[in-house]
Amino acid sequence: MTVLAERPPAVGRPEEPEHEHGPTGLLKWITSTDHKVIGMSYMITSLVFFCLAGIMAVIMRTQLTSPDNTIVSQHAFNELFTMHGSLMLYLFAGPFAFGGLANYIVPLQVGAPDMAFPRLNALSYWLYLMGGVTMVSGFLTVGGAADFGWVAYAPLSNAINSPGSGSDMWIVALLLTGFSAIFTGVNIVATVFYLRAPGMTMFRVPIFTWNMVVTGILILIAFPVLTAALILLWCDRHIGSHIYSVAGGGVPVLWQNLFWFFGHPEVYILALPYFGMVTEVLPVFSRKPVFGYRGMIFATISIGALSTAVWAHHMFTTGVVLLPFFSLMSYLIAVPTGIKFFNWIGTMWRGSISFTTPMLFAIGFLVVFLFGGVTGIFLASPPVDFATHDTYFVVAHFHEVLFGSAVFGGFAGLYYWYPKMTGRMVRESLGKASFWFMFVGFWVTFMPQYLLGLHGMPRRIAEYPSTYGWTGLNRISTVGAYLLFISVAIILVNFYVSWRRPVPATANPWDAHTLEWAASSPPVHHNFTWLPPVRSERPVWDFNHPDHLSVDHHQEHGRRELVGAGVAAGGAPPSGEDWPDGSDS
Amino acid sequence: MKVEAKFLLFLAAFGAVVALLFWAVGLAPNYRTITGGGTIMLVAVGLLGLLPGGYYLWWSRRMTPRAEDDPEATPEQGAGVVGTFPSTSIWPFVLGVAAALVGLALVFGFWTATVGLTLAISAIIGVVVESRRGGIH
Repeated sequence: MTVLAERPPAVGRPEEPEHEHGPTGLLKWITSTDHKVIGMSYMITSLVFFCLAGIMAVIMRTQLTSPDNTIVSQHAFNELFTMHGSLMLYLFAGPFAFGGLANYIVPLQVGAPDMAFPRLNALSYWLYLMGGVTMVSGFLTVGGAADFGWVAYAPLSNAINSPGSGSDMWIVALLLTGFSAIFTGVNIVATVFYLRAPGMTMFRVPIFTWNMVVTGILILIAFPVLTAALILLWCDRHIGSHIYSVAGGGVPVLWQNLFWFFGHPEVYILALPYFGMVTEVLPVFSRKPVFGYRGMIFATISIGALSTAVWAHHMFTTGVVLLPFFSLMSYLIAVPTGIKFFNWIGTMWRGSISFTTPMLFAIGFLVVFLFGGVTGIFLASPPVDFATHDTYFVVAHFHEVLFGSAVFGGFAGLYYWYPKMTGRMVRESLGKASFWFMFVGFWVTFMPQYLLGLHGMPRRIAEYPSTYGWTGLNRISTVGAYLLFISVAIILVNFYVSWRRPVPATANPWDAHTLEWAASSPPVHHNFTWLPPVRSERPVWDFNHPDHLSVDHHQEHGRRELVGAGVAAGGAPPSGEDWPDGSDS
Repeated sequence: MKVEAKFLLFLAAFGAVVALLFWAVGLAPNYRTITGGGTIMLVAVGLLGLLPGGYYLWWSRRMTPRAEDDPEATPEQGAGVVGTFPSTSIWPFVLGVAAALVGLALVFGFWTATVGLTLAISAIIGVVVESRRGGIH
């Protein structure tokens, strides 16, 4: 049955939820077009890929524990680091954010009954799943999975250097997941532009959703380039074209240009959603509005725009890129990112902070990402990059950036929205244990890798001689990897415990701010049975705390209007003296 | 709708400025560089902002004002039918499998594409029929 989604009339008594007479069981998961079911499918699938890629990482770290180790062969090691990177970047970090949490949360945050194109949304998921399965099945082929690194540089990725169907399956998998991402990007942007609740102007949309809009646009910029580059790569491999080979008059470095024109925005496609999650978590557990709401939005837009013009900082050592241009543009990104850090700290400043699990992960993100960002500034300088390129210094840098955002930020978001999505609370004790294992494990794993890089250890080597003095640092790094493994295991146990011995969650267990917390936990079919009036970026807070209304960002007649003139229960607009002072509670 | 338009037009302006800058720096004789591809990609970034952004700006001056753009709008103004949303549908799944089979033809040969294209055509017909009739139940 096609459903005419209706928006509820007003504040008031919650009505009986609309009943869905859909299929149940497996058929429900296969046929559903509900953004919540699709979002859950995305999250579960991407966490499976995360665990697979994590196991690969542990195997690699075990191999590197001792010099001249032979736990896995050189060839298997190549497959492992390729698939670890591919799974983490293409199948976990991106899809978990824009396919999983964004799919679930964005329509709720803007007060929409579903995504703008529900069947396209379902198609995105199936393309993603098929792509993921295709990529992993490369291990089942005769030659093994793709083994040219997640960047697939030409000419290593051509048919002579990387024969076998595993590499081709990698290409096809990225074509499928690329289309999946493009469709999701279109869907998110259309949902936010066209399905917002009344009063939810663009400058009242929560930061997470704003970040997802910018991410959606970045997806539309970046992924088509990757798709085109992959089709050309396939042509080079199979029908004898010479686009990336010098032999036929082609240009190998063209692959790097095309790939990184996708690859650098991709880094921000992976980071911006997690910035958004952290920006949702910090104000709620500091019991303050987000500091510098508009500044955050403009910083996000600037980061997104600049990320399209820095791709060749991954290619400094090729010698054929405009070093000053790309170095300058890369430095510029530090400015909006610095604004974000300033605002995150400003949000917590003098707040009434409660150190719950999501908050711990969010603060962990701040610390970790700051270190990754600062070493990124080092690497934006060509002389430093020339010395450290392709060493473990770079490995440590991008793990701090990506682990910081996708894992610390991602688990902050997951722990934060878990009650909304499942209607259950997770155990705080297990959550905190998982955080501390992860935080300590993270530093133990990656700080030695900076030093290893400075001592000259190259990336992607399966063995190293004992005479180079790299053994001790490698051992420490491996111990850290096992701590991280334990941490993820604790998280999974936590979810299992909450599944078998549920503690029910209320609609708004955190006393949170944004519209998704006005829906029940988990939300009913088509999401809302009532909507509060939207008078600021914190409609649910304003409704629950009429004495502490937010200051709206819409300025009229040169002065700020106090929101909720008509929202306050008494009806009379609060006078100017009652303006919140910023600490707000 | 004006904010959305300005957001995309900012991207257009950024793409244009950076493409020009990149192209101009690349003209300097000291650099042995390849800038042609990069310039085209940056121009494309600008166009990706310009086309929808320009349309939104044009349309935002002609459309009836929306409750979601009005800071003073009440929930009552948005009450009622939001739109038509499809209910459960098997066809996205079929189309996803079909796309994967067509893609795998690049690895295993044309035979998987024949199966895939058959499924894709049936899925497209299925979706269209479903949209007219309204769902699978």
